[in-house]
Parts: sequence; structure tokens; C-alpha cells
Amino acid sequence: MARALINAPAKARRGAVIEIKTLLSHVMETGFRFTSTGESVPRDIITAFAATYNGEEIFRAQLFPAVAANPFITFHTVATESGMIELKWTGDNGYSATEQVRITVE
Amino acid sequence: MSRLAALIAAVVVAAALAGSGEIPFSERRSSYEHMSPETKAMQDGDTDNPGMLWVLDGEVLWRTKAGKAERACTGCHGDAEKSMKGVAARYPAFDAKRATPVDLSGRVNICRVEQQRAPAFAPESKDLLALATLIARQSRGLPIESDDERLKPFIEAGRTIFNRRQGQLDLACAQCHDDNWGQKLAGITLPQGHPTGYPLYRLEWQTLGSLQRRLRNCMIGMRAEPHAYGSPEFVALETFLMWRARGMAMESPAVRP
Amino acid sequence: MSEQDKKATRRDVLKIAGALAAGCAAPWFTASPAAATPAEMQTAVARVIGDARLNVGKVKLDIPPLVENGNTVPCAVTVDSPMTATDHVKAIHVFAEKNPQANVISVQLGPRAGRASIATRIRLRDTQNVLAVAEMSDGSFWSDRVNVLITLGACLEDLI
Repeated sequence: MARALINAPAKARRGAVIEIKTLLSHVMETGFRFTSTGESVPRDIITAFAATYNGEEIFRAQLFPAVAANPFITFHTVATESGMIELKWTGDNGYSATEQVRITVE
Repeated sequence: MSRLAALIAAVVVAAALAGSGEIPFSERRSSYEHMSPETKAMQDGDTDNPGMLWVLDGEVLWRTKAGKAERACTGCHGDAEKSMKGVAARYPAFDAKRATPVDLSGRVNICRVEQQRAPAFAPESKDLLALATLIARQSRGLPIESDDERLKPFIEAGRTIFNRRQGQLDLACAQCHDDNWGQKLAGITLPQGHPTGYPLYRLEWQTLGSLQRRLRNCMIGMRAEPHAYGSPEFVALETFLMWRARGMAMESPAVRP
Repeated sequence: MSEQDKKATRRDVLKIAGALAAGCAAPWFTASPAAATPAEMQTAVARVIGDARLNVGKVKLDIPPLVENGNTVPCAVTVDSPMTATDHVKAIHVFAEKNPQANVISVQLGPRAGRASIATRIRLRDTQNVLAVAEMSDGSFWSDRVNVLITLGACLEDLI
């Protein structure tokens, strides 16, 4: 089950800088671990995260195995207009997850 | 010479044991207090706490019909936020039919098998942890209750386990957690060992786990054979630990290093 | 060490770094589990900054100097910048010197960010230096470095 915890203000004043906190459930298997019988555990991580605000990209990240399990990413953006902020995570093995938050800007 | 050595050894052992004894009631502290500000912040924020991801999963499972009875938890218990408030704070609870205490995961599985008529969840499985975390979350901030007379013999059994030396290191739980809490072991501050935050997100595991998983880690650390998940020893030990922590606030789901 | 010896050493390091840079064209998930070396981190940084100068300043890497568990280390980077169209942070890169792989996370920002401030949680294998590099809109690079002490928990799941 892809679960995410998003903390973003529902309302903001136009021009205010808002903080968006994201926490996604994902094991982030590094690919550097070995089983007790010596087999390599294959890498399975989120490799990219992107945020768009009414369709326009506002933030992008490339994640490496050193990002902790259940990746936590916090960033900022200017509240320009009311609408939708979409968050998208993609990763190994065709992984893809999307979350959306509405924001009202006055 | 050997008799003298034996005598000295006995005195040293006695001196070590002389420090033993329960932590005074007012000196009991959650290991939350030993954590860095960053880790505390990780626990305190509902959108910072990875344990809350399991609460989200639990909410979905709570509403999902399952088993031959095609029933969801909601069918009997309604909204978990209302019906489960305070429940985890008084578990393990005495089950009259079984004449023994049952812990929270045990109770979830009893409902699963008897009411939903579905196969029991495997110990430490994602689904079982999700439901246990959802239920435990509803007791956050509430004081632990342990005043059921019927639990007394099991509290005593748990106390015996807590004080009994075990494993290759010949250590009892009490020696670290009653006698030396607050001191350092391999750079880590020894906690008093209260179960106030379970199930919890342990940074070491990089996932959420149960009290029994943590107790097994302790036993492995002591080079003792760990009890099996769901064993009566663990239920008795948890019953004792909850009594030992009576009145302390629940923190589930906690975050711990 | 004489001046001549020192020069030779530097050339050798650059040769190794060059070889590693070529090798790094390969998929990076075949990286060995052994710890990276400062030279490997230099290669990773060079891939970002090229031969530009890496200035120290403007960047604040917020990471606890002593950590209870290296599996999940809170890490925040804030860069002093007005974040206007003509003067902003284009990207922030975080590197760890002794992890199996030096790259930790890279983010791209722009004037829409309003503030060049990010936070995440990272894995640190051992006590080591963590480096944050900010790429500015004028092509300059700024950085901050913190040495982090990692302690290992007691009573783990597996016997070590």
C-alpha cells in the first residue's frame, strides 16, 4: 500500500512562502546489503521526486540509496494562486506514486 | 587461595546485586527523554512520524471486509477513534474464557479468527502491525492502567522473568533497566525499559515493530535464546512491564533509535 | 615530503580520480559495498562543479554532530539567497564521504521556491564528513561541511 503523509497549508496569502513536508512509505533497499547466505539484496529505491503547482514544476529531486527508508522530503514554494500541488515519486521496478493537495490562495 | 577467590567473587556479586530494586515510582521516565531533539521532533509531528504510515494502513484495514463472515472491524467496533480510545492503555487484558491475559495483537487475531473467520495474521506482519498501531494510537496521551486483580499472578510471573539471569552474558533485564538506567552502554543511554510507545518506529530497524520484536533483540543482545512470538513468557513479561509503567502516558506510535 | 613528492602524489590522485570518473559512466547500482574514499567523493563533486571553484559559505548544513543511529539522520540545507529570477539557487547536492556511494540527494530549485531550504533524512554508514554544495544562478558554487559522529546501538537484531 503506497501511503504518504503530506503537510501543506490548505490556505495561504498570495506571495507567502509555504513549506511542504512529505513522508512516503518505501523500504529504500540500498542494494548494498547481503543476506546471511551471502546473496546480494537487490536495490529497490525511489530515484526521483517531482512537485508541480497547477502543472508547472516547482521542485525536483534525485534520490540515492543514502536517503533513509520512508523518504522524508521538505521543500518550499511561493503560494502564487489557488489550485493543486501534485507530488510524484518514481523509482526502481517501475514504482510510481502520486499525491495531490489543494491550496486556496487569497 | 581458591576459597579466598570464591569469597571475593561472592562479595563482588553480592555488591552488584545490592543495587537491585525497583525504580522509585516518581523517578520513572520514558526513554523519550534520552532522545536528541531531532528524534523527539520525529515522534511529535503526525506528518513527521513514520509510524503514522502504519496508522494510515490500519485505517484502511479497519474498514475492509474480510474472512468468511465478510465483516470489517467497523461492523462491530464502528469508528476506531471512538471505540478503541483507552484500549491499548489497559492491555494485556485478562481473558476470562482463556483464564490468561491476552496482548493486543493476540486480541486482534482472536477477532480475526473467531469473528471475521479469516486466517490469523502472521506475527510481525505488516497488517497485524498496522491494526495494532491504529489501536494503540487511540491511547496516545492516556495513562497506562493495570489494576485488574486477576492479572496479579501473571505480573508476578513477568517479574520473575525480568529479574532472572539469562543467556551467555548471564544478565537479567533488571540489571540494566532497574539498576543502571541512565548510564551508557556502547554509547547509548540505557532506558528504564517502559513499553509506553509500542508499536514503534525504530530507526535501527528502519521500520515499525512490536514490543516482542524489541524484547527478542534484547535477548539476542544478552546471547539468550529469544522466546517465540506470542509465547506466554512474552505475554507475562509485557503484563509485568505495563504494571511497572502504570500511570505513565502512552506515546504510541513512538520513534526510537 | 619534498615538494617533488607532494606533486607526484597529487598527480596520482588526479589520475585515480580520472579513472574513477570514466568508470562512473557505468550504472551506479553496481557500486561495491566498501566505503567510498574522499577521492571518490571528490569525483562525485567534480561531476557537479566541473573545474569551477568550490567556495565555502552561504550554505548552512544542519545535521546533528552526534547521532544516535546512522540509519535515519535528519539533514537540512539552507542557502542564503534572495531567490529572485536573477539571483537564486539552482540546485543543492549532498555528499557523504564514507558511504558506499558518495551521492546522497540532489534537488533542483528555482525562483518559485521562495526559500532555498530543504530537509530530508539520510543514511550515514560511519563517522564521516557530509558536504552540501549549492549551485547558484550565476554559475558559482558554495558549500558547507559537517563532521558527523555515528554511534551504534546496543541490543541489535543480528549478532555482529
